[in-house]
Amino acid sequence: MSAAMQAPPLSPPRQPGGRSYREALAASTARTLRRRRITNYVMLGLTSAAALVATLPLLFILAHLVAKGGSSLTWGFFTRMPKPPGEAGGGMANAIVGTGMLILIASALGLPIGIGAGLFLAERRDSKLATTVRFLSDVLNGLPSIVLGIFAWQLLVRPFRHFSALAGGIALAAMMIPLVTRATEEMIRLVPVSLREAALALGYPRWRTSLGVVLRTALPGIMTGALVAVARIAGETAPLIFTAFGNQFWSLSPLQPIAALPMQIYNYASTPYDDWRAQAWAGALVLLVLVLIISLAARFATRSRFGLGGD
Amino acid sequence: MMDGSATPPASAAAAPGGVRIDGAQVADRAYRWVTTAFALVVPLLLCLIAWEVFAAGWPALSKFGLGFFTESDWDAVNGRFGAAPAIFGTIVSSVIALIIATPLSLGIAIFLSEFAPRWVRQPIAFLVDLLAAIPSVVYGLWGVLVLVPLLRSFVMPFFKDTLHLGDFALFSGPAYGPSMLAAGVILAIMVLPYISAVTREVLLAVPRSQREAALALGATRWEMIWDAVLPYARSGIIGGVVLGLGRALGETMAVTMVIGNRPEISASLFAPGYTMASLIANEFSEATSDLHVSALMAVGAALFIVTVIVNAIARWLVWRTARTAA
Repeated sequence: MSAAMQAPPLSPPRQPGGRSYREALAASTARTLRRRRITNYVMLGLTSAAALVATLPLLFILAHLVAKGGSSLTWGFFTRMPKPPGEAGGGMANAIVGTGMLILIASALGLPIGIGAGLFLAERRDSKLATTVRFLSDVLNGLPSIVLGIFAWQLLVRPFRHFSALAGGIALAAMMIPLVTRATEEMIRLVPVSLREAALALGYPRWRTSLGVVLRTALPGIMTGALVAVARIAGETAPLIFTAFGNQFWSLSPLQPIAALPMQIYNYASTPYDDWRAQAWAGALVLLVLVLIISLAARFATRSRFGLGGD
Repeated sequence: MMDGSATPPASAAAAPGGVRIDGAQVADRAYRWVTTAFALVVPLLLCLIAWEVFAAGWPALSKFGLGFFTESDWDAVNGRFGAAPAIFGTIVSSVIALIIATPLSLGIAIFLSEFAPRWVRQPIAFLVDLLAAIPSVVYGLWGVLVLVPLLRSFVMPFFKDTLHLGDFALFSGPAYGPSMLAAGVILAIMVLPYISAVTREVLLAVPRSQREAALALGATRWEMIWDAVLPYARSGIIGGVVLGLGRALGETMAVTMVIGNRPEISASLFAPGYTMASLIANEFSEATSDLHVSALMAVGAALFIVTVIVNAIARWLVWRTARTAA
């Protein structure tokens, strides 16, 4: 900058031998260019370091889970019932089945409602009701899961004075509905309009066009979205601790308290017993593998853009 | 039929018999009613949640009034409930999380969308996305059995003894382990994938021409990002951060397991605390008096309102960027 100033700025160079000016300019340009390039590489380094740092916790967590959970992961873990602290060899059979049961209840409620609402949003995309529903579905998606837990407790546990799998399933279904709704809407919008028009032109009634042609075409994508939603609720604890409550015994009844893998991990993690802590690690490993398998299946099944559970 | 989608006068024109037209029309109408009903479940459910939680929290709110949010005395035995420590803890832990997570997420998003070659991009994006798939309770388990001991034996002594910062209020007090800092760090890891995913999406929405113009003027890649891409994406990025804030405010299990659960306001990052969500998770099943339950419900109601507002702001910011980019 200062070197460039030395050259007479206004008078046109009479003598074309304005060498010093050109040299100075070139030198200063080279200097700033070097500085700009260095900045560029520093920022490249910083951003790639950020990417590296962000993947470290994941690797740490995975390594700890495999190291600590893997050793106590025996066949008995899957087939046996929980045992009191101090007695070795307990398992989480009832919690694993309980998680399956809760997922079933939540899906039975959440899938039809979510898909129905998604169909509505996709077909009446700009109506006032659709805009409102879409926004409120986002609001529902953003609610903390603990709020859904106390809601289900107030609605279904308090009046009946009884914890139940059903109450837990309903809390999870409330989490699932906005996810499935969003997935269904996006997938149906991907179906070409020409397909719908062709069916209508062939004399199909609108309802059969929607269900038999459009929904059917979008179904694999919707299933992907449903899987992502299931992966999301499978690991939820907060909505369950006051509703499904947990159960040390075998139970499949929707009207009884039921055990669930995440709750069992929570209960065992906060105890001082080594046996139980080891069980918590093993349970966490199983839960994570379960969730990862479901999300990977969802991701690779259709290669859609539903990589993240919700947003 | 006036719903704006492509609608040839379909069934009526094509069907040969009058009866079938009527049948189809009835079925169509039924179909529309059914999907509308399903769609109405969403607003109704939300209203029901709001009603149940607010109604249940009302006794405590009407008894303590505004003092419920400003008093710092949470004493279940004597029936005095002030939620200020939990509100303070919620804000502080979320702010710590954002301070850690925002620069990292921004860095990842910029690296992935602007710098990284394709073969690096996909695996790293995948790994960061995986962070979002890990259940909260697994973070909590890792936090309480790995992170907290790590903070207690290395990080906290480092600040206290090596850097001699123990006299500052921020780093004062004994280092138990379960602390506001632990909660903030766990939350940072948990919200990072959300912020970086939104930021990446927003950066990808910045038009190519914007980048090409900057490069054509001789900008380096970083100058292009700093001067042409980031200003364009600014409100969307802020939206992503606010969305992360919404997640952090309501996150329950992992925080409950590492924050120490003590209803006190302390300036120290190393002191245990409470958040609104962890207060509910920790005390709800032990709440015996109706007033205690109602107080916890009122905390839930406050959490409800705050997250709705924060999420609405985030959506609006992201939507605004998406609209200008379109």
